[in-house]
Amino acid sequence: MFDSLTGHQDARELIAFRVGVLECCIDIMMVREIRGWTPTTALPKSPPYVRGVINLRGAVLPVVDFAVRLGLPETETTERNVIIVVQSGSQQIGLLVDAVSDILTMTEAEIHPTPDVSSPMLKMFVRGLLSVDKRMISLISLENVLPALEPEAA
Amino acid sequence: MDPMAAIRQTFFQECEEQLAELESGLSSMDGGAADSETVNAVFRAVHSIKGSAGIFALDDLVKFAHVFETTLDAVRSGRLAATSEVIKVLLQASDTLSDVVRAARGDGPADEAKTQKVVAELTRLISPGASASEPAAAKPAEAKPEPAMPAEKIWVISFKPRAALYANANEALPLLRELGRLGRTEVVLDDSALPSLNELDPEGAYFTWTVTLHSACDERAIRDVFEFVEDDCVLEISDQTADTAEFDPADLGEGFEFEIYAPGGEGVEFEIYAPSIDEPAVMPAAVEQAASGPVEAMAAKAESGAPVGATIRVDLDRVDRLINLVGELVINEAMLSQRVLEAGIARASAVVVALEELENLTREIQDSVMAIRAQPVRSVFMRMPRLVREVAAQTGKQVRLLTEGEGTEVDKTVIERIADPLTHMIRNAIDHGLESPEDRAAAGKPLEGTVKLTAVHRSGRIVLEVADDGGGINRSRVKQKAIEKDLISPDAQLTDNEIDNLIFLPGFSTAATISNISGRGVGMDVVRQSVQALGGRISITSVPGVGSTFSLSLPLTLAVLDGMVVRVGKHTLIVPLGAVIETLKPKAENVHALDAQQRVLSLRGGYIPLIDVAGALDYSDTPIDLANAVALLVEGEGGRRAVLLVDAIDGQRQVVIKSLEANYRAVPGIAAATVMGDGRVALILDIDNIVSVSRDGGRRTDGEAKEISFKSEMTHV
Repeated sequence: MFDSLTGHQDARELIAFRVGVLECCIDIMMVREIRGWTPTTALPKSPPYVRGVINLRGAVLPVVDFAVRLGLPETETTERNVIIVVQSGSQQIGLLVDAVSDILTMTEAEIHPTPDVSSPMLKMFVRGLLSVDKRMISLISLENVLPALEPEAA
Repeated sequence: MDPMAAIRQTFFQECEEQLAELESGLSSMDGGAADSETVNAVFRAVHSIKGSAGIFALDDLVKFAHVFETTLDAVRSGRLAATSEVIKVLLQASDTLSDVVRAARGDGPADEAKTQKVVAELTRLISPGASASEPAAAKPAEAKPEPAMPAEKIWVISFKPRAALYANANEALPLLRELGRLGRTEVVLDDSALPSLNELDPEGAYFTWTVTLHSACDERAIRDVFEFVEDDCVLEISDQTADTAEFDPADLGEGFEFEIYAPGGEGVEFEIYAPSIDEPAVMPAAVEQAASGPVEAMAAKAESGAPVGATIRVDLDRVDRLINLVGELVINEAMLSQRVLEAGIARASAVVVALEELENLTREIQDSVMAIRAQPVRSVFMRMPRLVREVAAQTGKQVRLLTEGEGTEVDKTVIERIADPLTHMIRNAIDHGLESPEDRAAAGKPLEGTVKLTAVHRSGRIVLEVADDGGGINRSRVKQKAIEKDLISPDAQLTDNEIDNLIFLPGFSTAATISNISGRGVGMDVVRQSVQALGGRISITSVPGVGSTFSLSLPLTLAVLDGMVVRVGKHTLIVPLGAVIETLKPKAENVHALDAQQRVLSLRGGYIPLIDVAGALDYSDTPIDLANAVALLVEGEGGRRAVLLVDAIDGQRQVVIKSLEANYRAVPGIAAATVMGDGRVALILDIDNIVSVSRDGGRRTDGEAKEISFKSEMTHV
């Protein structure tokens, strides 16, 4: 059933990455660049998942520790971590993840709805689930990643 | 944006430029420079506005500009002497013209009555016979026949278009139709000049029309019809009412010349650009100047005071992008140098030498790029003469405005934000600074007061001064007022300078009655606040009986900031240098605890709150160790002071300001960010926020709390 739909006109490319124990993916069209980990400058009075800011060719880029954002333990950064720079509306955000794992081609029909049992936290970000080679990959919606859309907590 | 709107926007931008040209020309005529070049420039400005306004069918604007232009034409041709009275009317007309332009842009309606009055005055100047009882003649609606005038005249109009008329997309037929609206017409076509077909130039002009018009209108109404084509045709208008028999159409044949395309394009449209074409191209010189650093380049240009050379309009975004990229280049270059040193390459090696050259080049590029954004303060100064005239009229004072250093350049971002403070300072100088003419006479001063506006570069900043030759600050009254308003305690001992500075306190206004001019609920405290928000300072010097001088000192650009680099824990922060008054090493015995959290430092007899920066930014829960801390005495909004405690000072440097909001959001206590030499981001402290949050214990409330805290401070300082 899946194979018959591959190559369908609304197939799209997704970029998959590992965050702690999870594997997630986002639409490749949202990705501006992928860069190695560089130390961030901590921002005062910011939510715990905002790791800080880095310099992206002269612009100040906030970096979100995606593991913390998904409710997982904080990422222990090494030189092998990567920052995926994504475009979200008019803003650019860096997502700190463990590694990029795959590039997938999928169609809408292959996306399973998120089961109702998942936590509200996951529901905020996970648009659906994909199964690839017996792996389960969560399709992430980036709308709620930055704190600007939440009432100020600090 | 649709193309028409874009063109419209350009038109209004050009209007602004023409209005500035007009204002400056009239001002120099007012100063006695009535040479033909100045008069021509003034005429050209109005003419260009009229020409372009016609394209957009802005009828009110065209009508007013036309009346204005007619009077200016009389001055230009020497029929009307440029006496001071005439120039006064012309200045009024220039103010009105800018109102009408604004109305045409859709920013509020123009004052119709005022416009009519100015129109009447302008008309009276060129036809002194027309008394005030005949305002009808002055109405811009003169294109319509005057029913009040009974005598119908017979006009004979010979109209011979040149090829340029057709080339400029005009046509004879609409013009003839327009004539028909003025009255009964008889039109005769003279096609005798039409050559045979093989000699005919398809784009040439061969026809002449002779129109006999029976109408009560005057000659000007007829000329109005041909307004936009008069340079592109041979037009003869004669009044044949008295003796029609003498009219011989053959006479009109004289002066027939075939002209195919006027060289250089005499069309109305071209004249808009004429002033800039006239200027010599000075780009190489400008680049050379820019290379010597933004400050020097700005200063050098300021001194020369030369008219601006050939210019191009560039989208500000593009310049900003360039500035960002060059900033990044500087950082990359610094990182590369660092790596080369780390690699152990000898200092004398070719690599290091080449790298040094690269460094110099990079700095030069950075300075030149910053200089692109620099603009002379002229655009702001230009608005002031009008303000002075209006305020002078409202207060009944005679005021002369002198300006100096209009060519002084500052960054565009600064230019945009100095207009309001300057406006307020000038209003203040006229309303409060200058005495009434009677008082001036009694004091033996000239009746006309002087307000002098100056701009100079001084040690990497721009200093703007507004000086009046009025009575100076009435110190006893200021002090009395401050006591009445409960701003200082009655027994406070203040120096003269401290008293002068009281006028910057929130809620202070010396005017006994709320006047229309200064009493708008905004006092000098607002000026001071907006100046400080720009990283500037305002000060005042005053000599009783001689006058007061307000000085504004501002950074040349808002894109870079002089900062003090400090360390707080493992974080590097930038404190804007403008806010730092002094650095000190606090002694434990001078620090007193107010409560569990708030501590104060006793300094020269006063108590100033201590702020642990690490705590204020939630970087750390443990209070800073006083023995190893460094203290910065800073002044925030409204002159409120605090002492910031940090771990160490790492020096001073100029930093490029980067927005946090662009990709994130505003962070309390942080004004912006910057990129340091190692490529990392450092945060710039928002002193106002940190000081006020600590002052009000986190609940920033109304102005009352501010005033009280200020009061206690003033008595100690």
